Amino acid sequence: MLVGQSIETGYAYRLPLNFKYGNEDKLAGLCGVIQALVSVVEEQNQDILRSISTKDCKAIFLVKGPLILVAVSKSNESETQLVLQLTYAFNQIVSVLTLTQLNRIFEQRRNYDLRRLLSGAERLIDHLLIFMEKDPAFLLGAVRCLPLPEKARENITNAITSTCNKIRDLVFAILIAGNQLITLVRMKKYTLHPSDIHLLFNLVRSSESFKTAESWTPICLPKFDATGFLHGHVSYISEDCQACLLLLTVQRDAFFPLSQAKHTIAEKLRRSNCLVAINDALNRNKELPTTNPLKHIGIPEIRHFMYKCKSTAQLFTSDPISLDRLQDYRLRHKEGGDIMVKKIEKLSDMDYVRNYRRFCSQIHCSSTPAKLIFRSNSDDTVLAWVTNGFELYVTFDPLMEKDHAIRAVDRLLHWIKREEERIFIMHAPTF
Amino acid sequence: MKVVEAKIVVLGSQGVGKTSLVVRYIGKMFSKHISPTIGASFFTCNINLEDARIKLQVWDTAGQERFRSMAPMYYRNANAALLVYDITSAGSFAAIKGWVKELQSNVPEPMVLSLVGNKCDLEESRAVAQSEAAQFAASIGAAYCETSALHDQFISHSQTHNRLVSSPSSGRSPPLRCMSALATTIISKRENGTIKTSSFTKRKE
Repeated sequence: MLVGQSIETGYAYRLPLNFKYGNEDKLAGLCGVIQALVSVVEEQNQDILRSISTKDCKAIFLVKGPLILVAVSKSNESETQLVLQLTYAFNQIVSVLTLTQLNRIFEQRRNYDLRRLLSGAERLIDHLLIFMEKDPAFLLGAVRCLPLPEKARENITNAITSTCNKIRDLVFAILIAGNQLITLVRMKKYTLHPSDIHLLFNLVRSSESFKTAESWTPICLPKFDATGFLHGHVSYISEDCQACLLLLTVQRDAFFPLSQAKHTIAEKLRRSNCLVAINDALNRNKELPTTNPLKHIGIPEIRHFMYKCKSTAQLFTSDPISLDRLQDYRLRHKEGGDIMVKKIEKLSDMDYVRNYRRFCSQIHCSSTPAKLIFRSNSDDTVLAWVTNGFELYVTFDPLMEKDHAIRAVDRLLHWIKREEERIFIMHAPTF
Repeated sequence: MKVVEAKIVVLGSQGVGKTSLVVRYIGKMFSKHISPTIGASFFTCNINLEDARIKLQVWDTAGQERFRSMAPMYYRNANAALLVYDITSAGSFAAIKGWVKELQSNVPEPMVLSLVGNKCDLEESRAVAQSEAAQFAASIGAAYCETSALHDQFISHSQTHNRLVSSPSSGRSPPLRCMSALATTIISKRENGTIKTSSFTKRKE
């Protein structure tokens, strides 16, 4: 979907915007139109074209350096949320090429076909767009952590710091699994922005090739430094544990010492039973309180929640509720006597997140931000609340009363506080 | 028994099957869902030949244009290069010529070269004639074979390496022979004795 100076990102992956196999002539025409629209507004009105709205469709434009990014959406996302998605798509491209290289290419050849340099990386952008639709982490600018017993996480972090603290120029050591952060150890004075971590999640998630061997790969983290590459030793911890370790350095020839470090870390994790702890969390072992938080909290009228801890920019969400689990659960709690006749539509995590978008944009509205939103109707009840410390979105049963909802939220917050050390990474370790 | 350490770099255009070949060689299965390599992947493998044990370190590089500038990092210290093209793609064969030129001008010590035409199961869409490839291989002093990572096949076209086709690696997959052919060449070009260093090219016969 990239031609000449224009790039068009077809948000909503279901739209037939895959031009890779489409008609090149039509594509060139479309890109011409986009370019014309943007430049006419720019030249005639000394202004920027931001969006075009039709009855059921929005087109959002974002000019970034030499690229024009366009999103066409039929969903309920706000303009800000769509711009965020385009910014992510742009950052993904920068992550592959660096901003320096991107700018240089178009300085040399204004009509360069960027697809040449991005070949093999299309799936990174495709995956990112799907990932953004599914995961509220993007909406909230937060990172999901793999819930782990405090001691296990501490052991993992220690295994990494004790192995790596003598390695020169190692900037970040990151252990992740299933789009969740297990631990992040960093060089003093450097931090990693959530959006850079999201790009790393996306890279690992989209690249099967990391599973076959240790890889040595250039990675640009746009928020950390858009102008250059870090070099990453990327490998899965072991065949029986799907946690992926990334060791990022500025040294381009540091592969072998980092490979050695990786094997030492893996061995330490195995000996201290950390691999078991990681696997339990990944396989959602039923004995863990965080596997099914709603059940563990015991507030039956809560259907779904998501909580962002602002100081650490981390996120925790409850499970998606499947229909039979919900019924089974309600019966046991003797709540809502008519539950057997009431038809509950099956909602997935994604549906809840879709519902939250509207509340989220009201809360993040720059002109008149809301602090607390309570909305109750016959479908469900939603409470959105932002304070200095957290951001919380809860979906309750329909027609809840406000007092009742607030009491439930108090209990929920109490539980989160108690489990804080397990569901979040509260310390930011350094080498 | 001699123990030899050898570094091999796998070069070639994107999608010719470098990773599939290496993965097949390391003894795993063929996967249709392999994703493009990002940067380079590192494999190690031990091969036991009749009179030597070879520790191979294999750098499997990414074929995409944007990684081209990083290739020197991998071939600089290599003893041998596996130059892989796709027999159904004339472009990928033409790219090999570019790689050879680059190696010749950037690597001071001569390297052991092996030309590999992959995807020989796709005979019906062949775009590179065996005779042409064999002639080119001879002109650069490289061994030449065709392989199919998909069907686990190996066909040697090089007279001097016939011995290797029936070499004692019978239990392993045929693409292995392509590698062990390379390894044997490395050994045959070395002096006798146990050598731990990998920079054998310094003492080429």
